[in-house]
Amino acid sequence: MTLTAAEWSAVALSLKIGLVAVLCTLPIAFALAWLLARHRFPGKILVDALVHLPLVLPPVVLGWLLLVLFSRSGPLGAWLEDWFGISLMFRWTGAAVAAGVMALPLMVRAIRLSLEAVDRRLEQAARTCGATRWRTYLTITIPLSLPGIAAGAMLGFARSVGEFGATITFVSNIPGETRTLPLAIYAELQVPGAEGAVTRLAILSVLLSVGALLASEWLTRRGRGKDAHVL
Amino acid sequence: MSFEVRVEKRLGGHAVAADFTAEGPVTALVGPSGIGKTSILNMVAGILGPDAGRIVVAGRALFDADAGIDLPPEQRHAGYVFQDDRLFPHLNVENNLLYGQKLARARDARIEAGEVIALLGLEPLLRRLPRNLSGGEARRVAIGRAMLARPAFLLLDEPLTSLDEALREEMLRTVERVRDQFRLPILYVSHNPEEVRRITAEVVRLSRR
Repeated sequence: MTLTAAEWSAVALSLKIGLVAVLCTLPIAFALAWLLARHRFPGKILVDALVHLPLVLPPVVLGWLLLVLFSRSGPLGAWLEDWFGISLMFRWTGAAVAAGVMALPLMVRAIRLSLEAVDRRLEQAARTCGATRWRTYLTITIPLSLPGIAAGAMLGFARSVGEFGATITFVSNIPGETRTLPLAIYAELQVPGAEGAVTRLAILSVLLSVGALLASEWLTRRGRGKDAHVL
Repeated sequence: MSFEVRVEKRLGGHAVAADFTAEGPVTALVGPSGIGKTSILNMVAGILGPDAGRIVVAGRALFDADAGIDLPPEQRHAGYVFQDDRLFPHLNVENNLLYGQKLARARDARIEAGEVIALLGLEPLLRRLPRNLSGGEARRVAIGRAMLARPAFLLLDEPLTSLDEALREEMLRTVERVRDQFRLPILYVSHNPEEVRRITAEVVRLSRR
């Protein structure tokens, strides 16, 4: 199976966007998972619902919301443009934002589960040994939830690589810039007689997603025993 | 005075309370199961907050509701041996033992790691993970970890439970050695009168009010 230059470009772009999306979303997902797993506060149910919104909202609606927020006249877009001279519109960075937002709920979920699974009594033991709250987080809680954090990242990566609806709505389908694997498949589908290309890209897409999912499952099981899983 | 404990705590539907002063070196805390012996230890260690009262150990106030004193666990310098050991599963025996010691480097170093490792016979176990330890081995590591956290006092919660007869005897001797060698005030929870008689004459009996 040989790929054309344009197809390679779509694959490389998907991987780049997936990686950047996960790396940038991970700290936010961790903070949200921490908040939801460890704290009680008024409006928690609302935060929980908002975090999960991308899971149930039509991706096209989310793409449109990003468009409204990040367009040159939008509240966030204008701010980014004025202060940093950055625009996400029709750029791969915008695609990474869309992918990150779509991946967020899955990442928060996996990390939250692993944080909730950490035995609080071990944290108490660490405190009696002289560890401050922060030191306990760093030396006990985070290392023990690391498999879940890694599993969440892999799951988020798989979701990011497969992102379609929000991306095409927000940053369009520009070859070499925003045309990721799913968008390339969509573009090829519009061309009569391009079944070969579609098949190749679809197989690649399946392989990438299955690989990331298996890695995520493996990490979760490693961390929480055979019965645990995020799928 | 080793321990001055006067605390009250409502836990769910029932109340846990204790009121005693003890001179030590070892004070046994006995009473029927469910009376809240472990809760008392948790309050002394600072991982459970009393509703009211006062806790002073070796002349240092750890908790005083009236004076607004409530030291966090890490500032109480308790060496707590939990009934369920609570070894850190991701750290090997050596790093479990040194966990508290690393944090306490600034304080006085009167207990050396080598000394404790020799006393408890832990040398051959240092590279193992907690999940590969037997019950008796894990308990010895838990005692070692508590002793190496540079404690000002020790809290031992039923340190002989879930050990077989031979191990109990061995562990009892270990506790005696710790008592005689390191001279730390010890609060010792047990429900076994024979075990208590052997370790100390100072017994605090908790009863329902």
